[in-house]
Amino acid sequence: MEIGWKKYIYALVITMVVFLAGVGISRYLNDKKIGELKLSGDKVSLDILSIETQFALLGEYSCEEVVNSDLSAELNNLGKKLSYGEKNSITSDQEFYNLKAYYSLLEIKEYLLIKKLGSKCNTKPVTILYFYSNQCGDCSKEGYVLTYIREKYPQIRVYSFDYDLELSALKTLNSVYSVTAEKLPFIVVNGKSYSGFKSQEEMESFLPKYIRNTATTTTKQ
Amino acid sequence: MNITDISNIISYIVLFFSIYFNVFLLISFFEKKSLIKIEDKIKPKHFRSTTIVVPVFNEEKTVTKSVLSLLDLDYPKNKLKIIIVDDGSTDNTWRIIQKFKKNKQIEVFHKENGGKHTALNFALEKIKTELVGCLDADSFVEKDALKKIVSHFENPKTMAVTPSIKIYKPNNFIRHVQDSEYNYGIFIKKTLDFINGINVTPGPFSIFRKRVFDEIGGFKPAHNTEDMEIAFRMHKFLYRITNSHKAIVYTAGPGTYKALYKQRVRWSHGFFANILDYRFLIFNKKYSGIGMFTLPSSLIAMGSFFVFLILFLIMIGKGIVNKVIEIKTVGFHISWSSFNLDWFYINTDLKLFLGIALIILTIGLIIYGKKISENKSKFSWHFLYFPFVYSIIAVPWLIKAFYTLILSKETKWR
Repeated sequence: MEIGWKKYIYALVITMVVFLAGVGISRYLNDKKIGELKLSGDKVSLDILSIETQFALLGEYSCEEVVNSDLSAELNNLGKKLSYGEKNSITSDQEFYNLKAYYSLLEIKEYLLIKKLGSKCNTKPVTILYFYSNQCGDCSKEGYVLTYIREKYPQIRVYSFDYDLELSALKTLNSVYSVTAEKLPFIVVNGKSYSGFKSQEEMESFLPKYIRNTATTTTKQ
Repeated sequence: MNITDISNIISYIVLFFSIYFNVFLLISFFEKKSLIKIEDKIKPKHFRSTTIVVPVFNEEKTVTKSVLSLLDLDYPKNKLKIIIVDDGSTDNTWRIIQKFKKNKQIEVFHKENGGKHTALNFALEKIKTELVGCLDADSFVEKDALKKIVSHFENPKTMAVTPSIKIYKPNNFIRHVQDSEYNYGIFIKKTLDFINGINVTPGPFSIFRKRVFDEIGGFKPAHNTEDMEIAFRMHKFLYRITNSHKAIVYTAGPGTYKALYKQRVRWSHGFFANILDYRFLIFNKKYSGIGMFTLPSSLIAMGSFFVFLILFLIMIGKGIVNKVIEIKTVGFHISWSSFNLDWFYINTDLKLFLGIALIILTIGLIIYGKKISENKSKFSWHFLYFPFVYSIIAVPWLIKAFYTLILSKETKWR
């Protein structure tokens, strides 16, 4: 008894259909995810623009309103989703690269705005700029430290930048703090620069005293 | 290309082949589905003279039930003989089988211990009937099993017929897992029959024409899986093996993981060792189903299993290394913020959807297996055991089987 060649072909065709259906579903959902990321980015951009405008119109009289707005939450959320998306490669590299560049730009904009608010409204914000790259060995360790710091002191604003992104605004930021590839991981806490891996204790010692007293209880052992 | 890309590509290939395998079987099944209805109605015209050999070794607890089920077969008594061969049991088996001596249908023999294949060959020398079968002493048959099987021999080309094997009243977790696997097996066996690719004539109640053994010789040690070797040898001589899905044999099935592990190490090792011995069958058009489908797909399955395993271990290893680094840098603390209900964090990877397709296909085949053997096709949650549990508990014995294979060691019966 011979197995007809046709059967091998039929099975192949059906398998291809199943495979393509899987590709289709996966594509569709990933596209939705990308759409969500873009939407979230637009929302952050709109918020920043709106606060900037408000500020320009009213000057320091708008402090109370502006300070109470929850600007960072959406941006944080976007950052988390981006790093999840990067790990699970939900889209093509180029599209992802653009999203990351957009996100970095929003971070810089927010950072500048927060700094401005700080001086005008006397809010004493604590900001950490974190420069990393996927090639640097200690960066994943530094990432854990910063995640921990962010959880312990929710009011600290952490902005992370991929050093390898080809973005002129980012290049400028790099040169402002004279960040080079050898200095990674590189950290700027409230304007003061530190290069190389910094442990959690070192990092906490860089923070101003008043913020250290606000630590949330974490289940550290 | 980094390790993630490589592992993704390999996963896609493996998933593709697995889906292809099941789709191919499904097509083959539906192509010949009409034959199933015809076969269900057919009745044997001739009750051919048959001898059933029951080889026993330390099976005092189960041998009585097996033999009684044979005596209870719906088959003319003058056409059915039973030979019980005690292969040097060290327990009460020999005393227990004495009670069958009075029965004219039954002959009882004792020999020095030499392994199951020697017990079978010992009996073969004494057999004069047209058909000969074997029943392991941990199994028993349904009343109409032999009648169903014998009708297959109306076709002069049929040289051996295999039954549908089921777990008898699965009463614990390990047996339920086997139950779902055997139901899957029933479907596979029937479909392999349609493409002439049956790779084993199992110890519980496979029936052969006696001349098979006169022409190609008796059973061989065959890495402790003589029932696989004889099937391979029959294919070599282009003898046809068919499957009677309605002939039902019950087996107890190992009740503990340890016992199952031992049995499956023996089976898996035997299967692959026999494939090595009969590698000339592979991709040889002359040997149709077995050469062009069963053996190649088994090898691909085995190969992809090990590739998957290695990738999985690398992934786990990386995860552990990362976790250790994290704990070393910031200490151990549970972070609730990493749990997130946003749909964004639901996996939408292609692998996931292909995996779901594969599982749905597999469960469909299990349901069909149940349907063709019992005419029942109700979904049961136990069916999920095969894709979800069996695939995990099979890992240790596949590793062990492969290990013994490359060190060319032999397995133990018990």
